[in-house]
Amino acid sequence: MQLSTRHVLDRAFSSLGIVAIALMGAALVLLLGPIVIRGSGALVFRGTVEHRRLMLELFQRGDAEELDEELALARKAREPLYEKIAECEADLKSLGFARRREVRGALHELKEVMRELLGPAPGTPKPVMPRDQYGQTRWERAELKLKDVLFIEKWDYSDPTQMGKKTLAPRIEDFKGTPLETNGFFTYAETHLDEMLRPNWTFYWQFLTDRSYDAHFFGGIWPEMLGTFYLTFGAMLFALPLGVIAAVYLTEYAGAGPIISGLRVCISTLAGVPSIVFGLFGLAFFINTLGVSSSKSVLAGSLTLGLLVLPTVIRASEEAIRAVPKTYREAALSLGAGKWHTVMTVVLPAALPGILTGLVISMGRAAGETAPIIFTAAVSVGQPLKLGQVFSQPTPALPWNIYNLCTEHEAVDEIRHVQYGMVFVLVGLVLLLNTAAIILRARISKKLHG
Amino acid sequence: MTNDGFVSADAIGAKDTGTEESVPHVRADGFSVFYGTNEAVRQVDMDIPTGMVTAIIGPSGCGKSTYLRAINRMNDLIPECHTKGSLRFDGQEVYGPQVDVVALRRRVGMVFQKPNPFPKSIFDNVAYGPRLSGTRNSGKLAEVVERSLRDAALWDEVKDRLKENALGLSGGQQQRLCLARSLAVKPEILLMDEPTSALDPKSTARIEDLIAELRGTYTIAIVTHNMQQAARVSDFTAFFYEGLLIEFGETKQLFTNPAEEQTEDYIRGRFG
Repeated sequence: MQLSTRHVLDRAFSSLGIVAIALMGAALVLLLGPIVIRGSGALVFRGTVEHRRLMLELFQRGDAEELDEELALARKAREPLYEKIAECEADLKSLGFARRREVRGALHELKEVMRELLGPAPGTPKPVMPRDQYGQTRWERAELKLKDVLFIEKWDYSDPTQMGKKTLAPRIEDFKGTPLETNGFFTYAETHLDEMLRPNWTFYWQFLTDRSYDAHFFGGIWPEMLGTFYLTFGAMLFALPLGVIAAVYLTEYAGAGPIISGLRVCISTLAGVPSIVFGLFGLAFFINTLGVSSSKSVLAGSLTLGLLVLPTVIRASEEAIRAVPKTYREAALSLGAGKWHTVMTVVLPAALPGILTGLVISMGRAAGETAPIIFTAAVSVGQPLKLGQVFSQPTPALPWNIYNLCTEHEAVDEIRHVQYGMVFVLVGLVLLLNTAAIILRARISKKLHG
Repeated sequence: MTNDGFVSADAIGAKDTGTEESVPHVRADGFSVFYGTNEAVRQVDMDIPTGMVTAIIGPSGCGKSTYLRAINRMNDLIPECHTKGSLRFDGQEVYGPQVDVVALRRRVGMVFQKPNPFPKSIFDNVAYGPRLSGTRNSGKLAEVVERSLRDAALWDEVKDRLKENALGLSGGQQQRLCLARSLAVKPEILLMDEPTSALDPKSTARIEDLIAELRGTYTIAIVTHNMQQAARVSDFTAFFYEGLLIEFGETKQLFTNPAEEQTEDYIRGRFG
């Protein structure tokens, strides 16, 4: 081959490599960027006075006196709105019967959306659900809600050949001929939102350590994080010893017979089984057949996840053990070590970095898997578990709750920030676990190789 | 004898203790090693005399390493490897049915072709054997480690960094460490399988000096490619060719006046 051809080929290959790496980097940024930005919104946001009221009432956090002063100011700013509504209500009698019904309905709707924005009106009984007891706690949500106060969403179906079109109609049009049209209610609401809700930049780190209130409407994700921890470590507790022992057997003790090669095929196949199948198997085997717990539990989920990552652990450990130089074994044996002793004192320590790599991969997988825990461990809402409860209690867990929030929650649009926060924390958690394991691996590797 | 024997207690009675003094340390009688059907060592009759240095030379693939590794049964690691005939160590059959291989290997030290220290600290490398045989006392361990390292002429170089990883040592130092590791279990015989083939001339010279120093205290069998080395360090030399023991005799005699033509051709460098 010509020298110039070789040069061209070399250059083409290296530039292809650079392009591939650049693409990967871009994908990573594209993927992680939004997760980090929107996810951190769960912790850092402009919290309104409602948020501070919530913190004080549900979590006894913050200064009660300070809050009272602030609330007084907010109430004063809100007062004109309620007065204007009352004015309109008093004026209802002057309307004709049909119009009166219309306006009464519109008023009811307005009061409802006002409650969503600012919380219950003064003098009304305390609602049952915590989500109804507070106005918007986050400024960006409040701004959206304000739009609902000012406008009504309408659907235009006038063109039968087209899909319905969403239009925003000013709410003020519903109140033609009533005091609300003229007394400046809507302008006041639009211009005084700031004073009524008093947003402040808030660092709500307790998002990570608070339990959730009212199905994730308020509070944090501690039970989910804890559940993920329990499930991941539980899975590792089962998979690691079992996997390493199996790998030692396969590499050091097993012969080359057809049973052993069959076993290897089984392990490879097991690694390719879809995770939902593991989930169903876990339910059928661990819960229904073995009865490790009467219903879903962390234990059953950990066992299922452990089974899921077992092939990975076995494979990685096997590779690592195989990579230990034969000369180490010979040296140990020549010094009079038995086979078992050789494995324990020489082979396994030398294989540890490789085994840890397998552990890292499987830990990330176990932490993020959703399907295996649907039937075996996960519930959408729950308390943080104590260690002793893991044998019998189910737990919320990040991957399942992310799925659950975005598919089954009744008001997912209201709490997108929680969902993003969960994704953020899950990615961060996996990253943290991996970093820890990688550092550990590097340290052991360094110790081994001088 | 009963305590450090490698044949389990009930077989001891079968041993002929009366002739112990006169037997050489290792004695092969019509001893063969097979890899599958390939006879790598063919009906060898050879003695390794006690307290002497015996060199085994021969071209690649002549079975010299296989013979050496048969003595501490390292060939067991190779599946399909089996033996025929008799190989006796201290008068006991090495391949007898009741042999405790682990006990045997504790009495036979081995140094390999490539330095193979464990990826552990220098101290832990040397202490590996003593720990195996149950020494836990740290003072005693330190004593054994120091003595072994001194015997291997490595102590002065590493005494300040016993806790450091052995893989940080140079090749020659690593090989001496491996020697110290073998010496720490107080073997009766040292098998050296081309111990200097991976080393530079200076390190090789140090190892050869060590062999000279250890002579008398240990029985030493050394396989080597290097005929000058065999001539320098050994008392007896065996020449293997294609699995057969062609000639065995005192080194001086074998190198100056070989009985067999093949031996002469080999040491004159006509093939090899």
